[in-house]
Amino acid sequence: MRLPRSLLLGALLTALFLGGAALSFVWTPYDIELLSIPDRLQAPGWTHWLGTDQLGRDILSMIMMGARTSIAVALLAVGIGMGLGIPLGLTAAARRGSLLDEVIMRGNDLIFAFPSLVIAILITAVFGAGAMNAIIAIGIFNIPVFARLTRGAALSFWSRDFILAARVAGKSSARISVEHILPNIANLMIVQGTIQFSLGILAEAALSYIGLGAQPPTASWGRMLADAQTLASIAPHVALVPGLAIVLMVLGLNLMGDGLRDLLDPRIRVDRT
Amino acid sequence: MSKLTTFLLAGTTALFATAAFAQHPHLNVAMQLEPPNLDPTAGAAQAIDSVVYSNIFEGLTRFMSDGSVVPGLAESWDISEDGLVYTFHLHSGVTFHDGTTMDAEDVKFSLDRARAEDSTNAQKGLFASIADVSVVDPLTVRITLSAPNGSLLFNLAWGDAVIVAPESIGEAATHPVGTGAFMFQDWVQGDHIDITRNPNYWGTPAVLETATFRFISDPTAAFAALMAEDVDVFVGYPAPENLPQFEADPRFQVLVGNTEGETILAMNNGREPFNNRLVREAVAHAIDRQAIIDGAMYGLGTPIGTHFAPHNPDYVDLTALSNYDPERARQLLTEAGYPDGFTTVMTLPPPSYARRGGEIIAAQLRAVGIQTEIQNQEWAQWLETTFRGHDFGLTIVSHTEPMDIGIYANPDYYFQYDNPAFQALMSTLNETTDPAQRTALLQQAQRIIAEDYVNAYLFELAVPTVARTGIEGLWRNQPTAAIDLTAVSWP
Repeated sequence: MRLPRSLLLGALLTALFLGGAALSFVWTPYDIELLSIPDRLQAPGWTHWLGTDQLGRDILSMIMMGARTSIAVALLAVGIGMGLGIPLGLTAAARRGSLLDEVIMRGNDLIFAFPSLVIAILITAVFGAGAMNAIIAIGIFNIPVFARLTRGAALSFWSRDFILAARVAGKSSARISVEHILPNIANLMIVQGTIQFSLGILAEAALSYIGLGAQPPTASWGRMLADAQTLASIAPHVALVPGLAIVLMVLGLNLMGDGLRDLLDPRIRVDRT
Repeated sequence: MSKLTTFLLAGTTALFATAAFAQHPHLNVAMQLEPPNLDPTAGAAQAIDSVVYSNIFEGLTRFMSDGSVVPGLAESWDISEDGLVYTFHLHSGVTFHDGTTMDAEDVKFSLDRARAEDSTNAQKGLFASIADVSVVDPLTVRITLSAPNGSLLFNLAWGDAVIVAPESIGEAATHPVGTGAFMFQDWVQGDHIDITRNPNYWGTPAVLETATFRFISDPTAAFAALMAEDVDVFVGYPAPENLPQFEADPRFQVLVGNTEGETILAMNNGREPFNNRLVREAVAHAIDRQAIIDGAMYGLGTPIGTHFAPHNPDYVDLTALSNYDPERARQLLTEAGYPDGFTTVMTLPPPSYARRGGEIIAAQLRAVGIQTEIQNQEWAQWLETTFRGHDFGLTIVSHTEPMDIGIYANPDYYFQYDNPAFQALMSTLNETTDPAQRTALLQQAQRIIAEDYVNAYLFELAVPTVARTGIEGLWRNQPTAAIDLTAVSWP
């Protein structure tokens, strides 16, 4: 079986940023907490591969540290979405048609009805700007995505013979959900998780762009972009680099998500083999 | 036939005349902040004065661009021997924009209103020494002071001391009616304010026929608006890094002027650990002013060592008291009982001097062990929590009021400096009229606050104005917040 090309490219891009973020825990080319005004706005070159920003910090180091912030925020936000959304979806599917199902799904519809970024802005504006509140805000909007997907996918299994067999064997619906349904819908969740992860990165960048994400001195791609706005005509690389970082990371995750779907989707898999 | 020629000639001449004179009868002026209202006698916002000072409202005296105080609505005045009685002679034939006459009754009304018990004037202190205002005749007003006040003429030049009419003051917040060379026309909130030339102005009429004030808070939008020639003048251009580009562009001229803006890192003297003088001294030594001026302002700004404008003749250079010395800062922190530093909250209002300066200061403080948690605040939030609520450890702000060292005599002011000796000095100063003595007192005052390290004094804010080439008559300096368009003209 051949791996989809998009998966390879996506995984490569994602690995690049994940690797950079991981590396930043032990090493960055320069210390981003040390400012050096005389060295500011240097173009990319040998000493600073991606140049320096308006405060003389090494942009490559900032990107590495910023990747860490982006990934951490998006990962935790997706974690919240999966951690709450999947159990809710499984419960709703197990109790399909009941009042509980209605309550769960209409509650999710309610969250889904709000424009997510606007509410995220509201949450961070009310509870204060910061990475933690950004995570919570983005996380909340991931819940209905996973809850709906889980319920829909799980429902199609509840009428299958092997589930009926399990029920006849006397397993509780909770056990069936965990032992039989979850493994069967896991691939879907992984694909959706990748997509949501990329949306989380974008949301984090958007929030920090408007000053509601991680606060300085924590590096963040969105804020780097915001700070570079007035410099675009003098030192374009200061804006281009974080912009490209966001684009490449999101592109990578989307390609990987597409590739994973191709790889994991049983119907497509049958076609390929 | 000859009739026709004459007619045509006259027509062409008129056409040429109109073209030459009215080629640019209009000016688009941009500034960053929109005023919350337009009554300068009832609001503290600088943006109010920027729009209305001299354009719409005038006082008995007025500031010129160089900071000097010259006659305004009062053409002259006499001061009694003991310095207690000022007799102002008003210009005759001055009318408000609604057609009513400006006379001594209006002056008495304006000053009594400003100093009244229930006055909402933002600078009530300016009028504190006035004991009585009386009308001698329609063009003569007598102001009696409770004690001599050497700065009365200066105080009366402020935007908060302009002359208003009892008939129209009720509407001033949205429809200001003054005596100035321009009349208020229209205000589309959130976008612009239009003013138009006052045809009945008592003094030299304005050259411009109309002008529009636009409010552009975003630095990127400010850059784009100028480059696209949507605005002709931007006063207080928010992104100093773009100035070299404007200077290199033949379409623009850049005027960099000084302001009365002492930009400081204010410390909450009423709260641990900044109630300890050693800690404040440590902070002052931990800070590298030049790095902040270069990094946040791209070199615009003059270092200061106390709360006083360096272009004022009474200024004392005390920057050496708080020179950049991180080693000394660490020692002082140890002496103060914080060998490992501490963590505090730094609130930052929107201007770039604060947001960018804050990031640089945070890095400098971190280098001596002081961790700061940065909180970016919008102006409304800053005024509420930091300024009024005193809920902060450190904050950065520029105090743009002229000669405002007196704020250190108010223990309830946001940085909560409470020093009875300084307060006594300020009341002595207010009662002193002798220039030499005033200088000595002012210099002593500057020393006290610098030696007490009340705040970390960073730099005097510079104000960059970007204008289309050839526009003349703009103020370079900002001795008070004002965008005085009365003498502005196109080439």
